[in-house]
Amino acid sequence: MTQEIIVIGAGMASGRTLEHLFDAGADVNVTLFNAEPRGNYNRIMLSPVLAGDKTYEEIVTHDADWYEANGVTCRFGERVASVDRAAKTVTAENGDVLPYDKLIFGTGSNPFMIPLPGHDLDGVIAYRDLEDTELMMSMGPQNKVVVIGGGLLGLEAAAGMAARGVEVTVVHIMGHLMERQLDETAGYLLRKALVDKGITVLCQANSKEILGQDGKVCALLLDDGTELPCDLLVMAVGIRPNVALAQDAGLAVGKGIHVDDQMVTSDKDILAVGECVEHNGAIFGLVAPLYDQAKVAAQTILGDEAAFVQKELSTKLKVTGCDLFSAGDFADGEGREDIVFRDPGRGVYRRLVIEDNVVVGTVMYGDTADSNWFFGLIRDKTDIADMRDTVIFGPAYQGGAPVDPLAAVAALPRDAEICGCNGICKGTIVDAIEGGATDLTAVRAVTKASGSCGTCTGLVEQVLAVTLGDDFVLPGAQPICGCTDMTHEDVRRMIKSQELKSMAAVWQECAWKTVDGCHVCRPALNYYLIADWPLEYLDDPQSRFINERKHANIQKDGTFSVVPRMWGGITTPDELRAIADAADKYDVPTVKVTGGQRIDLLGVKGEDLPSIWADLNDAGMVSGHAYSKGLRTVKTCVGTDHCRFGTQDSTGLGIKLEKALWGSWTPHKLKLGVSGCPRNCAEATCKDIGIVCVDSGFQIGIGGAAGMDVREVERLIDVETEEETIIAIKAMTQLYRENAKYLDRIYKWMNKVGLEWIRERIADPAERATLATRFDLSQTVYQKDPWAEHAQKKAAIYRPVANLSLEAAE
Amino acid sequence: MTDWIDIASIDDIPQRGARVVKTRAGCVAVFRTAADEVFALDNACPHKQGPLVEGIVHGSAVTCPLHNWVISLETGLVQGNDEGQVATYPARVEGGRVLLDTTFLQARSAA
Repeated sequence: MTQEIIVIGAGMASGRTLEHLFDAGADVNVTLFNAEPRGNYNRIMLSPVLAGDKTYEEIVTHDADWYEANGVTCRFGERVASVDRAAKTVTAENGDVLPYDKLIFGTGSNPFMIPLPGHDLDGVIAYRDLEDTELMMSMGPQNKVVVIGGGLLGLEAAAGMAARGVEVTVVHIMGHLMERQLDETAGYLLRKALVDKGITVLCQANSKEILGQDGKVCALLLDDGTELPCDLLVMAVGIRPNVALAQDAGLAVGKGIHVDDQMVTSDKDILAVGECVEHNGAIFGLVAPLYDQAKVAAQTILGDEAAFVQKELSTKLKVTGCDLFSAGDFADGEGREDIVFRDPGRGVYRRLVIEDNVVVGTVMYGDTADSNWFFGLIRDKTDIADMRDTVIFGPAYQGGAPVDPLAAVAALPRDAEICGCNGICKGTIVDAIEGGATDLTAVRAVTKASGSCGTCTGLVEQVLAVTLGDDFVLPGAQPICGCTDMTHEDVRRMIKSQELKSMAAVWQECAWKTVDGCHVCRPALNYYLIADWPLEYLDDPQSRFINERKHANIQKDGTFSVVPRMWGGITTPDELRAIADAADKYDVPTVKVTGGQRIDLLGVKGEDLPSIWADLNDAGMVSGHAYSKGLRTVKTCVGTDHCRFGTQDSTGLGIKLEKALWGSWTPHKLKLGVSGCPRNCAEATCKDIGIVCVDSGFQIGIGGAAGMDVREVERLIDVETEEETIIAIKAMTQLYRENAKYLDRIYKWMNKVGLEWIRERIADPAERATLATRFDLSQTVYQKDPWAEHAQKKAAIYRPVANLSLEAAE
Repeated sequence: MTDWIDIASIDDIPQRGARVVKTRAGCVAVFRTAADEVFALDNACPHKQGPLVEGIVHGSAVTCPLHNWVISLETGLVQGNDEGQVATYPARVEGGRVLLDTTFLQARSAA
């Protein structure tokens, strides 16, 4: 007997189900409803259509001839209004009532639209069907488009339009692109590739409101106040199974339409396939499981035994020419280890997650040629103990002799370019080495290889090793930590020359050996990125030592000390009262006067920090940064105000300097002193920067210390006015923070670069002025009171996240 | 028997960070790694009882803020040349919520 089959929705899954039915010669009579005014097409090929690589006609999977040949009654552009399960009929929009023996839901999914103010404006669209695609194709070089969502769909929309010359900005709420498929480093590489295509990518960006003019979209407003003008706004933030009709029909529905292993819903005569279903708690967006479902559904209708099984999934994607692959579970976890391979030169990143000698997950970027082999290792749970050392290099390296990384360099021809910046070939370097340049510095001096951006330093060293053989001694320079072979200086050079503006960028381009660094390198990198890219890089509190993360000094019992700023060591009775009140209110056990002319409240409980800061803020005081690698204090004497020997207003100058410099981050702590005369009561000559006032002006010295080393400053420059002093010291501070190694005080750095080098820069008026300007620029971001910010916005993180003492007592 | 109790949203703990959970027998530090895995450990370094919750989290380890001892979040074992172990407790993430096993915490307070 011929079965009457009604299909709701002409998508990829339902189309495939029909193919299976007809191929099996099923005795069926099919009516196909589709809300879109067309038949089945390959929805995942919309991106090539958008990019102009394919036409709509090329992505149609079933044409009119096919429907006709198989006797399918097409009702395209028509919705189904309701389903009467008792009578086994569906009612079409126009009132037609059609009986069915089997009903198939293939209603797919709806794009999720964030209900931002303005989301219903003209020109705000999703990326779901041909109409959306055609609207995007109508954009050209004169247009600006904003895409909300840095997942696969959003990026394909962005890339497709960018290929048409459209000015595209992608706004993504998470820290890196495609965070569900990729880890941070792969996300960084993808972002870099998109930026190279002219796409602007904003991560950690929160959309606030869509702005319109005359009912049409004109811009997207972010919550930091940024306004992104646009002619079209594409929201590609996710999809939700379309369950409305199924729900109305009284079928069991969760996230999607519930189906069993046979793709049958809670009604035995109704099946569901595709993105609208929920199977064992999972919903589906990739095409492979949808095709599996289609096959099972067809077999169920045919009366054959079949069961849908969820399989281990991998994602192999090509986002606009960037090869990506991820599979399995690549989260860190108990007993898991990572093997990381990075080839900065080729932009390749490969990470394997290993558990009990089995690969459980992988993320690959840039070179995914071996992805099937790695996926096989995951799927088959292959024991990799025997190939552990070489597994990361892929199948070509298995079963042979262990790989010698130098062999590749040895095999390079003489004309292979090693240093791209200076166009230096391997032969030139080998000749230099044979001519007596037997270490890196000498090779650099003779050939200039690796002397510019420094990316090829490792390669040059390998050429040295290959050429010299046993005579080669690795340079004595210490790498930052076990995560890298690079020195602080190498990494700083890379950050500047390669414009590395995120932690993930540094890890990748400098070939970090760990996934996310360690407690030694992360604070250093965070500092370097802040110092070199104050506007672009966002400070990462989680890469800071606790004192800088919580803006207070941790003590040996886990309590903290709190030191409010006293500008130039000057205070008032009101400030002192407020400090005394705070000490009483928070049971501060110790109140001490510091060497930096201010007051330290020791023994404050971590939970009390935001409240005590709020109290001190109310009295007009701000953080003294007594915990920071940054400006600490400017110590002063009373100068001409009161002292009979004073030559200048040293207190006033000290206050001006402190107001100019506070809040700035430096490689190590920075202490200043201003003495009003050479009697030096402010001990200015043992500060990092010390000013001694004389009748004729101001003597500025640098490189003093009174810690583990005790040193007197060396005279940097003499100037005549306060204004010149302030500019010179801003310039000096900027030079120090742009060039010194993290945790080098000025005197240590000065020993490396020489006082002369520093003086040449500060004495040159033009260079001094640009340094001071860069300092001021950075201060626009970082000169703010962290106490006020934390007390007002982040107080919650100082409290326990939960209190279980009551539960435990029950 | 395990008795999972909902502690907080995963977003209450910063990535590569930690927060304290108070229990009757002292504080437990709940860590979140870059890969969004959570771990619960006693909030005290075996060296000088430094508050591990304030340490820098890297990979699946934390560095004590007082003297830089590195402790595995998975096993509680001190890494490198130092020796010692911190008690660990079952913790997991489900549907964006962080869950701790109260039976373990109670056993801890009874011990």
